[in-house]
Amino acid sequence: MKTQSSFQHRQGIELVVAVLEEPIARSLLALFLALAVVFLVMPVLGANPLGAYSSLFAGAFGSKQAIGETSLAMTPLLISSLGFALAYKCGLFNIGLEGQIQVGAVAAAFVGYSIHGLPSAVHLPLALAASLAAGAIWGLGPAILKARFGIHEVISTIMMNYIAFKLSAYMVSVQGPMKDRLDLMPASPVIESSAKLARIMGGTRLTWGIAIALVAAFLVWFLLSKTRLGYKLRVVGQNHFAAEVGGIRASHYYVIAMMLSAGLGGLAGGVETLGVHYRLLASFSPGYGFDAIAVSLLGGLHPLYIIVSSFIFGALRSGAILMQAKEGMSKDIVQVISTVIIFVMSMADPLGRLIKRRIGLKTNA
Amino acid sequence: MLEHLVNLSIISSSLRIATPILLASLAGTISERSGVINIGIEGVMLLSAFAAAFGSFFLGAWPGVLVGVMVGGALGLVHAFMSITVRSDQVVNATAVNILAIGLPNIIISRVWKGYYSSTPIVPVVRNLRLELLDRLPVVGKVFGDLNPIVYVAFLLVPAMHVLLFKTRVGLRIRAVGELPIAADTLGVNVPKLRYLSVIASGMLAGLGGAYLSICYQSQFSMGMTEGRGFIGLAAMIFGRWTPVGAMAASILFGLADAFQANAQSAGLPIPAEIMLTLPYVLTLLALIKVAGKRVLGPAAAGQPYVKN
Amino acid sequence: MRGIVKRFPGVLANDDVDLEVTSGEVHCLLGENGAGKTTLMNVLYGLYSRDRGEICVDGSPVEFKGPSDAIRHGIGMVHQHFMLVPVFSVVDNIVLGSEPTRGGFIDRDRARREILALSREYNLPVDLDAQVRDISVGMQQRAEILKLLYRGARIMILDEPTAVLTPKEVDELFKIICALKSSGCTIVFITHKLREVMEFSDRVSVLRRGRRVATLETANTDAAELVKMMVGREVVAHVEKSDRVPGRVVARVDEVTAKNQRQLPALRGLSFQVSEGEIVGIAGVEGNGQNELAEILTGHRKPTSGKVTLQGRDMTGRSPKEFLRAGVAYIPADRLRDGLIAEFALFENTTLGYQDSLPFAKGVRLDQGEERLFCEQIVKEFEIKATSTSVPSGLLSGGNQQKLIIGRELRRDPRLLVAVQPTRGLDVGAIEYVHSQLIRAREEGKAVILISLELNEILSLSDRILVMYEGRIAGEFTSAEASREELGLCMAGGRASQ
Repeated sequence: MKTQSSFQHRQGIELVVAVLEEPIARSLLALFLALAVVFLVMPVLGANPLGAYSSLFAGAFGSKQAIGETSLAMTPLLISSLGFALAYKCGLFNIGLEGQIQVGAVAAAFVGYSIHGLPSAVHLPLALAASLAAGAIWGLGPAILKARFGIHEVISTIMMNYIAFKLSAYMVSVQGPMKDRLDLMPASPVIESSAKLARIMGGTRLTWGIAIALVAAFLVWFLLSKTRLGYKLRVVGQNHFAAEVGGIRASHYYVIAMMLSAGLGGLAGGVETLGVHYRLLASFSPGYGFDAIAVSLLGGLHPLYIIVSSFIFGALRSGAILMQAKEGMSKDIVQVISTVIIFVMSMADPLGRLIKRRIGLKTNA
Repeated sequence: MLEHLVNLSIISSSLRIATPILLASLAGTISERSGVINIGIEGVMLLSAFAAAFGSFFLGAWPGVLVGVMVGGALGLVHAFMSITVRSDQVVNATAVNILAIGLPNIIISRVWKGYYSSTPIVPVVRNLRLELLDRLPVVGKVFGDLNPIVYVAFLLVPAMHVLLFKTRVGLRIRAVGELPIAADTLGVNVPKLRYLSVIASGMLAGLGGAYLSICYQSQFSMGMTEGRGFIGLAAMIFGRWTPVGAMAASILFGLADAFQANAQSAGLPIPAEIMLTLPYVLTLLALIKVAGKRVLGPAAAGQPYVKN
Repeated sequence: MRGIVKRFPGVLANDDVDLEVTSGEVHCLLGENGAGKTTLMNVLYGLYSRDRGEICVDGSPVEFKGPSDAIRHGIGMVHQHFMLVPVFSVVDNIVLGSEPTRGGFIDRDRARREILALSREYNLPVDLDAQVRDISVGMQQRAEILKLLYRGARIMILDEPTAVLTPKEVDELFKIICALKSSGCTIVFITHKLREVMEFSDRVSVLRRGRRVATLETANTDAAELVKMMVGREVVAHVEKSDRVPGRVVARVDEVTAKNQRQLPALRGLSFQVSEGEIVGIAGVEGNGQNELAEILTGHRKPTSGKVTLQGRDMTGRSPKEFLRAGVAYIPADRLRDGLIAEFALFENTTLGYQDSLPFAKGVRLDQGEERLFCEQIVKEFEIKATSTSVPSGLLSGGNQQKLIIGRELRRDPRLLVAVQPTRGLDVGAIEYVHSQLIRAREEGKAVILISLELNEILSLSDRILVMYEGRIAGEFTSAEASREELGLCMAGGRASQ
């Protein structure tokens, strides 16, 4: 006997399920929940949530300079998230982006400061290409380990991360080959101006890197949805058994996907180095490689939606700096937001199915 | 220089360094044996290390250890819920925990201790055990005379887990659930319950490893102090073929490498410090390659959620 | 069991089914694939929860929340796919869940003693310490039965127990069932094979499309009547096939040896050939190398020695892609795992294998318009029931999924078609359709290799029949010569009287 209230109850549940299943709604839900959780937790940590969020907002959008900073933070996030999404579509979990970003930076800085006398039109693309190649090479190892030996890429890419951090630290350490002799900081020499990414928006630090990132987003989208290679990558990612039967050799495409993904990671490091720091610093990435995971998931692993989610995260990052300064709320809170987003996005599908099962609806799987 | 590199103290250093790796690999072993992949051990260790330091600051060393273990168990429970009941992607969930572990401690530290950001102040530690009798023995004394009690606990857990997994009912059922859960289910074995227990135990072991790091091995928590040992532990688990004894052997090997690297720095080897620091990670990769060449597979059902009708 | 209703997403598996089993009898549950027999028994065993209805054991109603409840009431079930942990020993598998203990540890000695006693009493020889993955299928089944006896089961449910046995092993099983019956056990026997019903059972209940059609005393009925009840109409025993003289040799396998997944020998010097316009049926009990043979013929496995030739070209050890290019189409046994990508739309599934050829491949791009067109053609020609080409293929019924795969493969206009278990899990209508497509391929001059575990299928479709045993061809027959008895003998390793 269905009473009125239980009918409404059921309608409410069906609404929840619908939200969980619809991609955009689900992302918005994840974001909302993450921000809400942090909002509720802030008083415990001694911060004023309203004040914190308002300075977050101000720091992200409050002025032309703020928007510039947001877009600047968005740039490496967008590129590395594209890398994560691409690998994920092929069934690979590239958690090594952080290390790939680092080696990309090393390569870009090296090409940037060690070659003199080149015109900008040559030097800059060369440095960017170097960062892309360095990232791709860094991903090659784990790719081969997976393809030849079936070793799960999570452990191998994480090991590569640590190796990348230590090697890069060595490069700019006191005895390191890339250390700037004239400076006390552990950093490389500043790159030539012919290798610097030019500013794109007066009055801000925003560079042409954002254009590179947007072009990359479009290219990745095109690759995945319109090309033969993209089809093969997706088939391998969805069902590598059927892929083999269709003449698509999975191991082959794991390598391709990983190198493309890692290359994008390297590119992110290169763009950041050539546009923001202009030199190699020991550990300059505030966890872009890990944020990429949340950004990717939030964007539903769709290259074009990732543009939006990387913008949101860029806003969080740049806003958090002001938030920390004014409210004393540590900017690491962004990590907590990341975590909640990842949890919600990863739970959405299975949770939807779980609820459906409980209330007896049809499911796909 | 050679005597700096190779001496008895390197063995005791190895045991000390191997302990967190061993605990991580035991954590991974019991979880995967029941069929649940847990790559979040690194994050759990880190968060537990922080919890232990936190607990130790306010309550003392041994209560701190307890706090660390409990926090580890709680995180294990979360992972168990997500992986077993909700059935979302186990790797993604674990990654979320790892990311949380990067940011959360700093937030709490800067709130609780004014002026501190990425590490806690010095906290009370669990003191090493000076065994009088052993101390007098020439060789054994140098190696075992001055070890932390948690080291003993960790190594004693090896035979304990071995007996549990291979000689008891619970162990047989855990292994069955990780190989062919439907077979166990048809015989009336409660698959989810066993998996929950294993994953919580896994969390507690990782918690112990984290507690060891912050209040036994060091005397404070600092950001990122696990340095990948959670993952090296997983590699040790694979290298040790998902057995406790194998995990111990592999962990000692990794510990030896790490100790060697530390010794080499003070011994004045001409290799730069940072390069030496990559040794454990490179070794891990090599170990994985060696194992994979033989096409060894873990528990057959690892990573696959069990769906009942 | 009274009024049992069990629903799965999209399927009403049991529609108000009643079943009455009397003590000490051998009761057969007969029905074709998908009739709901296994589901019903899973409900009885407590593995599935029922939506409606009630169950009574020995007159009193029971509620089984799980198999352990059923076990406690003396009910045991041997499933079609054995529930044995491959890496565990036989002992460990038998005692799992009911392990005897001593001082907190498993008392394996006591377990051994008890099991050996049972093994001797019922004549079920097993090697207790062997790992399950190393023992024969017959021994595995005996271990499964011992599992039930160890727990004191008086009501035993056997689900398609003869699917994996040779005819000789089937006879042995019958003897075991007789022994169990005379010791007071009640046996419920699920099958779709009429012969077994007539030979083994006291009574038979026929299920069709989730409903119980009738329950009869076996002595009072015959195969024809049962078939009619099982299927609902007259069944055509033989497919219409024209007399054809085979053309040129399309594929040849010469002294091929190969290893399986576990690096054990699977093919030990296999040689045969197949020509245009002929269907060669490969019969044999599961596990005698058929899967590996299919993989050799499609490029998914490299032979360790020997040659594979396709229209004169040496294709030994080449990649699946090259086999596809050379005109080999593959209908794999596991359609959901190997044949389709369940989450992808239909039109993305039909492109599989064609992604690098025209008209789809235009430079780096994949022409989606062409993809959809191709898919629509297949849907129309092969009468696939789908609302649009954008539907995920996982939503299609088994029969329609198989039609999609067959359509995709036949459109390749292949020289050789390798079909493995093409009608597994399909209802009679779909089976007839698949058979007609295989005949059509033959009519069009293609070479067809049909690998199947269903002897009837092999007998009715093949021009020539090869029997595989332990990785070799144990016998070769023309369709005129072949009889069930001779084939059965070959399948069990006996020599064929040629």
